[in-house]
Amino acid sequence: MNHHAIRAIYLFEMARTWRTLLQSIVSPVVSTSLYFVVFGAAIGSRITEVEGVSYGTFIVPGLIMLSVLTQSIANASFGIYFPKFSGTIYEILSAPISYFEIVLGYVGAAATKSIILGLIILATAGLFVPLHIQHPIWMLTFLVLTAVTFSLFGFIIGIWADGFEKLQMIPMLVVTPLTFLGGSFYSIDMLPPTWRTVALLNPVVYLISGFRWSFYEIADVNVSVSICMTLAFLAICMVTIWWIFRTGYRLRN
Amino acid sequence: MSSIISVANLSKAYGSGFKALKNVNLDIKRGEIFALLGPNGAGKTTLISIICGIANPTEGRVLVGDEDIQTSYRKARSLIGLVPQELHTDAFESVWATVSFSRGLFGKPKNPAHIEKVLKDLSLWDKKDNKIITLSGGMKRRVMIAKALSHEPQILFLDEPTAGVDVELRKGMWEVVRGLQQSGVTIILTTHYIEEAEEMADRIGVINKGEIVLVEDKTTLMQKLGKKRLTLHLQNKVTSLPESLSHYELELCDGGATLVYDYDTQGERTGITSLLGDLRTAGIRFNDLDTTQSSLEDIFVDLVRTS
Repeated sequence: MNHHAIRAIYLFEMARTWRTLLQSIVSPVVSTSLYFVVFGAAIGSRITEVEGVSYGTFIVPGLIMLSVLTQSIANASFGIYFPKFSGTIYEILSAPISYFEIVLGYVGAAATKSIILGLIILATAGLFVPLHIQHPIWMLTFLVLTAVTFSLFGFIIGIWADGFEKLQMIPMLVVTPLTFLGGSFYSIDMLPPTWRTVALLNPVVYLISGFRWSFYEIADVNVSVSICMTLAFLAICMVTIWWIFRTGYRLRN
Repeated sequence: MSSIISVANLSKAYGSGFKALKNVNLDIKRGEIFALLGPNGAGKTTLISIICGIANPTEGRVLVGDEDIQTSYRKARSLIGLVPQELHTDAFESVWATVSFSRGLFGKPKNPAHIEKVLKDLSLWDKKDNKIITLSGGMKRRVMIAKALSHEPQILFLDEPTAGVDVELRKGMWEVVRGLQQSGVTIILTTHYIEEAEEMADRIGVINKGEIVLVEDKTTLMQKLGKKRLTLHLQNKVTSLPESLSHYELELCDGGATLVYDYDTQGERTGITSLLGDLRTAGIRFNDLDTTQSSLEDIFVDLVRTS
C-alpha cells in the first residue's frame, strides 16, 4: 500500500477545501440556514407536527442529507475532474499507485468534507430547533455511508464528464430533484397512495428515512431496508469504479 | 551498457482505428541521453505515455529496470520521472507544496532537504512560496522538472522540455540535464529543436508514423548519414555548365557566382579531385572554396521524407 500517495492526495484535496472555505463550508451552511427560515419558520408555522415531531425539527435530517448528498457529489466529481481538465492527471496516472489508493485519496477527502459539513449543519440546526438524537451511532453510520457512497458516485461523474456542463448535469438534473422529492421536507406518508408508491422508487427516500430514524425513530420505510439500499448503491458505485479503472475508461485511453 | 528500458513489439491503436504506434522495438541504455525525434503526430508522446503508465498499450511489452510496466507497475513507475509537453500545474498551489505533493505521490517519505536541493538546482528556491500561477512560462517548466525529480527517479522523460523557452533558459536547462546525467540519471528527451538533440544526445531515435525509423549513436549517425557540401566561389559568373560536368550533379547558385557540390563522406571516393580537374579543363576557375557538414536537422528531414 502506497500510504504516502494516499496521504498526499488526501491532504491536497483537503487543502483545497480550506483554500476555498467560503465555497466549501460557509456557502452550504448559509443555504441550510435559509432553508430553516423558509421551511422551518414560514411553512413550519402552518404545519405544527409531523408524526409527533415539530416540523422544524423533522426537517433537520433531510436538510443534512440534502447537503451531504450534493456536496459529496460536488467535491468528489470536481476533485477528479479538475486534474483531467487541467492536465495534472498525468501525474496521478504515472505514479506508482493503485486504483484503490487513488479512490481512497480522492473519495476519502470528499467524504471527510461532507461529514464535517453534515456535522456543522447539525450544529447550526441546533441553534434553530431543539435536537435529540436517539441513535447517535446509527446517525454517524448513515452519515458516513451516505458521504462515502455519494462521493464514489461523484467520482464516477467526474471521470465520465468531459466538460463542466456534464459535471453539473447529473447533480442538478437528477440528484437535487431526487433529494427534494425524497422526503427531505415531508414524510412520504403525507403523499397520496399512488405518489407514495412512486416515491419508493427514489433511492434517496431510503437514505433520508434511515437517517431520520436514527434521530427520532420515525421512518418512511423499515431501517434495515434503508441500510440495504445504501449498501446496494455503494456496491454499484464500487463495481462501476472498478470497471472504469480496469478498462481505463476516459483515463488511460 | 545494460538496458534500463526495453520496449518490445509495442502497438497502440485508438478507438477510431488510428494506429499511433506500430510494432515499436526500442532499448534505452542505462545512463545515456536518448533523443527521440519525430514530426508532429509521429507517436513520440504516445510512446512516452505508455512507458510512464498514462496510456494502455494495445499490444507489446515494456520493461523498466527489468520490471514489467503492467504486472509490476509500482516498481517500474517509481523509477520514472516525467516532464510532460504541456505545462500542467496546479495554478493555486505554491511551488514547495506542489513539488512535495509529487514526492508523496511517488511513495517517498517527506525529505525537505532533497526538495530544497532540487529547487536550488533549478533556481527556484527564492520562488518556493510563490503560487504557480504567478510564475513565468520558463519557471513553470522548471517546476515541472522539479516535480519529476522530487522522488529521485533513475529515468527522466523530458517531452519537449524547452518548447517556448528562451535561448538563455534553454541553455540553462541543458546544463541541468547534463548534471542529471552525470548523477546517473538516464534521460529520454523528445524535441523539435534538432540542435538540442545534436547538443545533448548520446543516441538518436527517429520515429515517424508510429514506427521507429532509426536508432543510432549520434556520432555514427552524423558520420553515416551526414553529407558534406563543397562550395566554389567562381572568378567569373557562369550561366550554364558544360556537358562534361553533368555527372557531378552540380548546382549553380547566386546567379552563377557559386557552384555547389554535395558529396558523401563515407563514399570510397568523394569525387573532389576529379571535379577540380574537370573544372580546370572546362576553363572554370574559382578564387575561394569552403566545405560544410550537414546538420542533424538535414539528416532528420531526409529520414522523415524517405520513411
